[in-house]
Amino acid sequence: MSLPDSPVLAYDAPANPWFSWQYLHDNHDALLAALREHASLTAEAVVIAAVVAIPLAVLAYWYRRLSGPILALSGVLYTIPSLALFAFLAPLIGIGRLTVLIGLVLYALLMIVRNSLAGLNQVPEDVLDAARGMGYGRFARLLRIELPLALPGVLTGLRLATVSTVALTTVGILVGHGGLGQLINHGFHSNYRAEIATATVTAVLLALVLDLVLTTIGRLLTPWRRRASS
Amino acid sequence: MNYINQAITWLNDPLNWTNPSTGIIDLLVQHLRLSALAVLLGCLVAWPIGLWLGHVGRGGGFVVLVSNVTLAIPTLALLEIFPLISFIGVTDTSIVLALAVFAIPPLLANAYTGLREVDPDVREAARGMGLSGWQMLWRVELPLAIPYLAAGFRTAAVQVVATATLASLAAGGGLGEIISEGFGLGLSVAGGQVLAGGLLVALLALSVEGVFAVVQRLVTPKPLRRAPRTRPTRLAAVDGQ
Repeated sequence: MSLPDSPVLAYDAPANPWFSWQYLHDNHDALLAALREHASLTAEAVVIAAVVAIPLAVLAYWYRRLSGPILALSGVLYTIPSLALFAFLAPLIGIGRLTVLIGLVLYALLMIVRNSLAGLNQVPEDVLDAARGMGYGRFARLLRIELPLALPGVLTGLRLATVSTVALTTVGILVGHGGLGQLINHGFHSNYRAEIATATVTAVLLALVLDLVLTTIGRLLTPWRRRASS
Repeated sequence: MNYINQAITWLNDPLNWTNPSTGIIDLLVQHLRLSALAVLLGCLVAWPIGLWLGHVGRGGGFVVLVSNVTLAIPTLALLEIFPLISFIGVTDTSIVLALAVFAIPPLLANAYTGLREVDPDVREAARGMGLSGWQMLWRVELPLAIPYLAAGFRTAAVQVVATATLASLAAGGGLGEIISEGFGLGLSVAGGQVLAGGLLVALLALSVEGVFAVVQRLVTPKPLRRAPRTRPTRLAAVDGQ
């Protein structure tokens, strides 16, 4: 038995484009809210991580014996997959924004510690000798010579931490706070290409913009490097 | 404490290990298979390009660009975008392709750096002995770059195995399933399962790291073993122990 010719059979599958103005028009509120959560989570995580990581790096720099354990611990923590980290944190802390934030801080911490320490270790011995000869104490040397000279390393750490935190925040969907990840995941589960593509592009753009901002700050803070490179 | 006991109980249930397709063993096999395919695909793409760029000494900017851009792309996004591409669909292929994208940067960068780090004098000598470009690449540059290739392979393998856990949030599969399923059921019901899954996944990632650290050491010729620039931070960590 053959089916009667029905016009319904002639219809194409509903259009499911990767980009649609209609989507942007209808959902810009949700997109902006997700972007805001994403950006605030990233900023908080990187700032908290920097506040903890830079003193840690200084500690490892001053006490060589600590630098081994600190770097080894950071290596091990960094190898643990994000999903596993959230699996450890969620039963401890519960389901919520704080869980995501702590996970992000832990990952960002490692990148900032490593690069800050590398920056500090690159300060030339001659410069330190000169500073000692001029009567600088340990703290004055740190604040006025070592940290400024280590700034490129610190900034590399901050940039890496920021860019990867933006990417990592999406995994926060596990506990309901993934920023743009919420939209990416929703788009996937409802087979909505425009939603997933728009949220992904927004996340990548956020990472690139933040990276650019940090690079610019770095250039402003280290004028001697600019002159040397040009 | 309660969750820890639940996790131990969950791990002690033999069914959780042997269940077909949802047990730990089957999920682990699937996890390793997908990861291996992704790393293999990554090597096939990244090594020829990286070695060639390093051989001719061009394209350093391109290598850096690839690393920076892939760092900014959320892993989860690629894992969820590939299944929505019509001709791929929600398949293992979508997972392998997404994972391979994240395997490429370390493989590419290390292949390129490995060849650029070859001593110019050695190149000069090889050319003086009458080696052609291909012979030089195959018999001089490649052997000298092996420590770098091994370091890149290790980084890529660890990253892919770690990232593969996120496949459970998208097309599905791999050890991450245990965690995702636990979260889906809710912590009050499956908190122990979530914790046990986290433990298994972390152990897997650390074992892969350990195994390939040994492999990297074995394939590195003795005189090159202390080459400090392979992976500065990691090596510093190892030396400091």
